[in-house]
Amino acid sequence: MKRLRSAPLALAAALGAIVVILFAAGAPPLEAMRVIFEGAFGTTDRLGATLMAWTPLVLAAAGLLITFQAGLWNIGVEGQIAMGAIGAAWMARSVEGPSLVVVPLTLIGGAVFGAAWALIPAWLRTRFRVHEIFSGVALSFVAAAIAVYLIIGPWSRTGVASTSGTDIFDPRAWLPTIGSWRASPVGIGAAVAAVAAVLVLLRGSRFGLRIRAVGRNAESAHLLGIPTQRYLVAAFAMCGALAGIAGTVQATGFHHKLVPSISGGYGFLGVLVVLLAGFRALWIAPIALFFAAIQVGSTQLSLRLGIDSSLAGVIQGALVLVVLIVGGFQVYSAARGPVVTGEGEA
Amino acid sequence: MSLVLRNIHKHYGSVRANDGVDLEIAPGELHGLLGENGAGKSTLMKVVSGFIAADSGSIEFDGAPLGVASPRVALEHGIGMLHQDPLVFRPFSVLDNFLLGSAGGVLVDRKGGRSSLAEMAARYGFDFDPDADARSLTVGERQQLEITRLLWRGARVLILDEPTTGISEPQRVKLFAVLRQLAAERLIVIFVSHKLEEVEALCHRVTVMSRGRVVGRRELPTPRHDLVRLMFGDITLGGARPEVTLGDPALSLRGVAARTRGAPLHADLTVRRGEVLGLAGLEGSGQRTFLRLCAGLDPVGSGTIVIGGHDLAGKPYRRFLDAGVHYIPAGRLEEGLIAGLSVAEHFELVGPNRSFMVDRGAADTLAAERIAEFSIKGEAATTAEALSGGNQQRLLMAMAPDHPVLLLMEHPTRGLDLGSAQWVWDRMLRSRAGGTAIVFASSDLEELQRYSDRIAVFYEGRIIAVIPASTATSSSLGLLIGGVVS
Repeated sequence: MKRLRSAPLALAAALGAIVVILFAAGAPPLEAMRVIFEGAFGTTDRLGATLMAWTPLVLAAAGLLITFQAGLWNIGVEGQIAMGAIGAAWMARSVEGPSLVVVPLTLIGGAVFGAAWALIPAWLRTRFRVHEIFSGVALSFVAAAIAVYLIIGPWSRTGVASTSGTDIFDPRAWLPTIGSWRASPVGIGAAVAAVAAVLVLLRGSRFGLRIRAVGRNAESAHLLGIPTQRYLVAAFAMCGALAGIAGTVQATGFHHKLVPSISGGYGFLGVLVVLLAGFRALWIAPIALFFAAIQVGSTQLSLRLGIDSSLAGVIQGALVLVVLIVGGFQVYSAARGPVVTGEGEA
Repeated sequence: MSLVLRNIHKHYGSVRANDGVDLEIAPGELHGLLGENGAGKSTLMKVVSGFIAADSGSIEFDGAPLGVASPRVALEHGIGMLHQDPLVFRPFSVLDNFLLGSAGGVLVDRKGGRSSLAEMAARYGFDFDPDADARSLTVGERQQLEITRLLWRGARVLILDEPTTGISEPQRVKLFAVLRQLAAERLIVIFVSHKLEEVEALCHRVTVMSRGRVVGRRELPTPRHDLVRLMFGDITLGGARPEVTLGDPALSLRGVAARTRGAPLHADLTVRRGEVLGLAGLEGSGQRTFLRLCAGLDPVGSGTIVIGGHDLAGKPYRRFLDAGVHYIPAGRLEEGLIAGLSVAEHFELVGPNRSFMVDRGAADTLAAERIAEFSIKGEAATTAEALSGGNQQRLLMAMAPDHPVLLLMEHPTRGLDLGSAQWVWDRMLRSRAGGTAIVFASSDLEELQRYSDRIAVFYEGRIIAVIPASTATSSSLGLLIGGVVS
């Protein structure tokens, strides 16, 4: 988890990679970048759509930062988002009342479900030494399956057994919006608060210091008297709660119902954001904005330039690879020592 | 066909793992390489076998210089290394493991390989089922397979790193017979070990290393205490410690048996407040297990560990900490400090402050005080891995409570320069004067004799003698460490 020493180099390499990809896809790079930018920020509606993608992405990434600092690869974050959405959907479907009551309940329900789902890999890891990557992948499938089961089973639309989703929630359970903007200030506020909280937690608190100690060297941390397993469990739970809130935003702020693949891939994308941010909380918001902009703006590529919008995923993945390669190269060249020549000492 | 190493240097940061090592081995020789952990044996052998590159120096085999850059190139030149835990790919079959890394095209010649394996196995008296799953092999069998593979690939120099760890007695006898056979076939065998009796039983000549240098070469047989003295150093000065009145028992073990892998341990012992107990013995004879048991880090099989009047056997580590036990391990950066965290953050981790937020200003002030008091060459923001070994040790000691009841130290001065080592002991003797009982393991006879009140000698997991340090001599300790009880 070395920090990148030369951000400009990484940035230049990343831009170069984008240009190469756009060329390869047959798009004029400058024109394509302009289209993406306008597609993401050109109108207030588009800005709203970008922020709507940004919100769950930031929430997931903020949670992942905690688990990464604890030395955990919480790949199961996708499942934690889905479970959060299920928890929120349950609240939205079962509680009737004014927004002021239901919306907080959906957020709490999402956080609790997400955290509870994250406790499973935590338990498997601390109790049975099952690596969280394996349990996480498996549990993500399970969570997605539960969502599908609910959609076509107990929560199916009246008279219709369809995977297109549950009934639309009562609008009073929706995340409130202002005017015609689809992005909810509540969601955006939650994302900003999450980043701020994680920043304070990891940088300034004794709890965060201990999390970092456990993540960097669990054996030493144990020797210093830190209950390492408790901190691992706490990191999982916190990440799960934030992922659950991301799921809530997806369910009650975007789809307004529970759909299959409710997580929208924001968990995996969140991993990329954290890797690109070099594990620094302050960088999460801008990098997530960049990713969301590429995601949303790319839809304009097909309309305006006839290029498939899946290019967004290629660009995002390539960016992370380029930055990791640049970072890895810097570590490598710093660590490389002189090599024996067999000629004896000069 | 002799192997010649000249002036090999290898540094890791400020640590001189190899500091100008020369070694010359003739064909047909079984050569022992003896030394405690950290003496530089493994580094030297990794350099010869191409796993790491030396900073400077030359290697010649059969008159030709070796620009060894990788294990593959080394093996092409006829140098093969057998690792402590043989590198066997477990999901593969025995035959596939045998064929790994063999020359040739894209297709693997399984049929030819099968007959080669049978032929090689017959030659050395091994018995393999080529289609068996490598997972089903014991450590000893994996070792046999790896030896066969290396020989088949044309190894003329065979390096074995602690090969008898984890193998059965019949397998050890078998291994030694094969090694003698190889020497008779004019191969060079380098046997790396810290087990004296095995080196004595097997080797023609032995080179002893300590602190990255060659400290002696002997034709075998030679008296055992002579080898121990080479490994552990001589006692040149008599002890001159300030006298301390011993207090109540700080630590008392009755019928303690360990329940961990590695060296078994049985111990009965009492250490009083203000006393210094030195733990002597070959590496892996039970000293580390003893320290970790007393620290509450390893599970106890049976017996009582009374510290400060309470039996803590089986209690959680936290209870040991609360009882005033403090353990400083040998692996300072691996199991003591946290790379990536700063000096100030280390103090914050062990500090008594329980507020939710870290007060940066107060943390830096505290760190500055401690840095000054413990003469740490570094700043509050310096990360642990950026400190030198001596300063890492100072940091570890600065993180200890002010007046622990029991201070456990594993190789407190290993790898430190003389000044740092002296500082460490001045500091330890001061806390001893304050009533702390000190138990330390060391592989330096002089350190043991000079600073201990009593010395407990470990051999094969048991304390075979506890002697007053004032009566200890190089030869008496040497005999005991070698397992000879008069």
